[in-house]
Amino acid sequence: MKKIIHTFLLLLLSGNVHAALNVFACEPEWAALTQQLAGDKADIYTATGPLQDPHQVQARPSLIARARNAQLVVCSGAELEIGWMPVVLRESVNSAIQPGSIGNFAAAKYVTMLEVPTRLDRADGDVHAEGNPHIQTDARNFLPIADALSKRLIQLDPANTTLYRQRLAAFDQQWRAAIKKWEQQAAPLKGIPVIVHHKGFAYLNDWLGLNEVAELEPKPGMEPSAAYLGKVLGELQQHPARMVIRAAYQNERPSEWIAERAHIPAVNLPFTVGGTPQATDLFTLFDDTIQRLLAGLK
Amino acid sequence: MSRNLYWCAAVAALLGNPLCAYAADDADLQAIRDQMQQLKQSSEQNILQLQQRVQQAENAAAQAQASAQQPRSIAAPSSANSFNPAVAMILSGTYEQFRQDPAIPVTGFAMAANNTGYTRGFSLQESELSISADIDPLFSGVGTFSLAPEGGVSVENGFVQTGALGSGLNLKFGRFFSGLGYLNEQHAHVWDFADQPLVYRVLWDNQYADDGVQLKWLAPTDMFLEIGGELGRGLGFPGTDQNKNGAGSTVAFAHIGDDVGIENSWRAGVSYQQTRRVDAVSNAVDSLGVPINNQLNSFTGDSRTAGLDFVWKYSPNGNIRERYLKVQSEYFQRREDGLLTDNLANTGSYSNTQSGWYLQSVYQFMPTWRTGLRYDRLDPGTASVGASIAGSIVSNYGYSPSRLTWMTDYNPSEFTRIRLQLAHDESRQGLTDNQLFVQYIMSLGAHGAHQY
Repeated sequence: MKKIIHTFLLLLLSGNVHAALNVFACEPEWAALTQQLAGDKADIYTATGPLQDPHQVQARPSLIARARNAQLVVCSGAELEIGWMPVVLRESVNSAIQPGSIGNFAAAKYVTMLEVPTRLDRADGDVHAEGNPHIQTDARNFLPIADALSKRLIQLDPANTTLYRQRLAAFDQQWRAAIKKWEQQAAPLKGIPVIVHHKGFAYLNDWLGLNEVAELEPKPGMEPSAAYLGKVLGELQQHPARMVIRAAYQNERPSEWIAERAHIPAVNLPFTVGGTPQATDLFTLFDDTIQRLLAGLK
Repeated sequence: MSRNLYWCAAVAALLGNPLCAYAADDADLQAIRDQMQQLKQSSEQNILQLQQRVQQAENAAAQAQASAQQPRSIAAPSSANSFNPAVAMILSGTYEQFRQDPAIPVTGFAMAANNTGYTRGFSLQESELSISADIDPLFSGVGTFSLAPEGGVSVENGFVQTGALGSGLNLKFGRFFSGLGYLNEQHAHVWDFADQPLVYRVLWDNQYADDGVQLKWLAPTDMFLEIGGELGRGLGFPGTDQNKNGAGSTVAFAHIGDDVGIENSWRAGVSYQQTRRVDAVSNAVDSLGVPINNQLNSFTGDSRTAGLDFVWKYSPNGNIRERYLKVQSEYFQRREDGLLTDNLANTGSYSNTQSGWYLQSVYQFMPTWRTGLRYDRLDPGTASVGASIAGSIVSNYGYSPSRLTWMTDYNPSEFTRIRLQLAHDESRQGLTDNQLFVQYIMSLGAHGAHQY
């Protein structure tokens, strides 16, 4: 109650003061990118944790309350958040962040989508009509997204245009240098056959040239069954893989099971900022991803 | 003045430095300085204009880029919008087995609607067809039609919603499930058990829906705080769907909620509903509470119900895909004051306070598998009954109905649920029942987002 009264008082007092931009980030990677581009000009709330499956999040009261005051929502889009964001947006009754408005930023709109299904049928599992939504696994995707997000920040907060431009330029330069470094480091990964838990690494594979030979989920979004894992193991005789990859939020048991029997390493990738203790920001997210993949080769 | 000098001056002005000053003698210098000053001012204006034009061009480019992406999203629209409107259908069916006749009502709640919704053996449950869409930039609408297995369609929900009032106001009108309590707003296909808690059955005829208007206000605070009110015709029980002007039922509720760290979240609420019941007809019962065929009582009076609800959810790392625990409880108390006419046409005063609660917990112990336990308890209260009807109305049953229910369900995907439920039912005095339910619930069509 004290908290509520405090908030009310603060709101009354700060009504005329230009405060930082209120940003609601659906996933940690977009919170990190917004932080890079806006610095202290944005007050960022992150809706999901790095160890949460972003497909399955509850439309918790806290999310509705935070969305109510947000001026900008930054999400992956491409239906990744379809199970929860529609309720959050509707219940927030915040017209500034509804789909199609300037305060609603969907990162997937600014990159080339992979695995866009040619047929839409739930028999194929949890497929996304707009394509695979896990765009954050390819570092190159952050360049057009950062550019678009920076422009959006400028549209919403023109007073800080210069700052946003400077921060974008700095990020762009550092990021391009980092991509060059990561691509050099990851050269040995090219063509390496891998198994993945969920089809969450299409963009990483596209970038670094990993060759995905199998998935542990029988269909996207369906839990790996013992029978299916057995089948995958059998197929490994024909098409051996060098490692089995999963995202930090995914259950380790299916990949450990395969790893033990096929005598290949199970590699846990951060998938987003905070997914591993080393992945503390966007740069270390990819540093760590590549280090872990390289360690899997040994 | 040569063209070169203008160039020099322009460049100098642009750079903010008098680089070209060497080109002229002292006499000319002042003139040049003046001209340069003018040029500088005008070029500053030009630069400003240029900057603005660049900004506009960038915005246009961004829009062009966004619209250049459009063909892709037109070719593969999001599934919620691929049908305008989004269409979803719920198919469900049960196999049910009871030792006692499921039609026998709960002891002590003779004036309740007492619809169990149970059918022995195999049965198709209501199929629910839901159509929803944004109507225009201001309104969105939802129609949910219930297709009864024996034939016939009823409008379960048909409402329009708008956030256009701004300031956190959410207006809904039409037919909708009231925002009272926690479970009341949830559709049957997301219930954690095959049936509703006993308190919902006897006080709300399983779920309270009304025709009317709802206005909710979401506070601009970091903590979730929502206050709402409803005016309705009083269509659903305990309302008596009167033919009158004005509102037949009013509801008020407030909810608060928040997270505790990343692993815990909760919501708590209070609610109040009041309605005037006019000629509310119910079966007369004998001294044991068993209905007497073709003998009816009629009640006219005020009904006021207050409720408390609480839900808490825990999930390791907040990852509900893997495991979660949900604990919820609700309590309702209803006060009825009025006149009752018994089956012998005697009229006397009647007032009673009845209440009930449930506590339930559902645990998803691994992906796709959940199990849950629920305990229900009711208090029929002790009625104050006028002397003229004291002989025909039981004022005190001396019995508290209760029930213990266990369920487990298997969810191979987000769209399917197969459930086994066992209940030990002592809701009817002297008629202990063991109940078995096997249920399937399947969702076709648009991917719906679920409420908390």
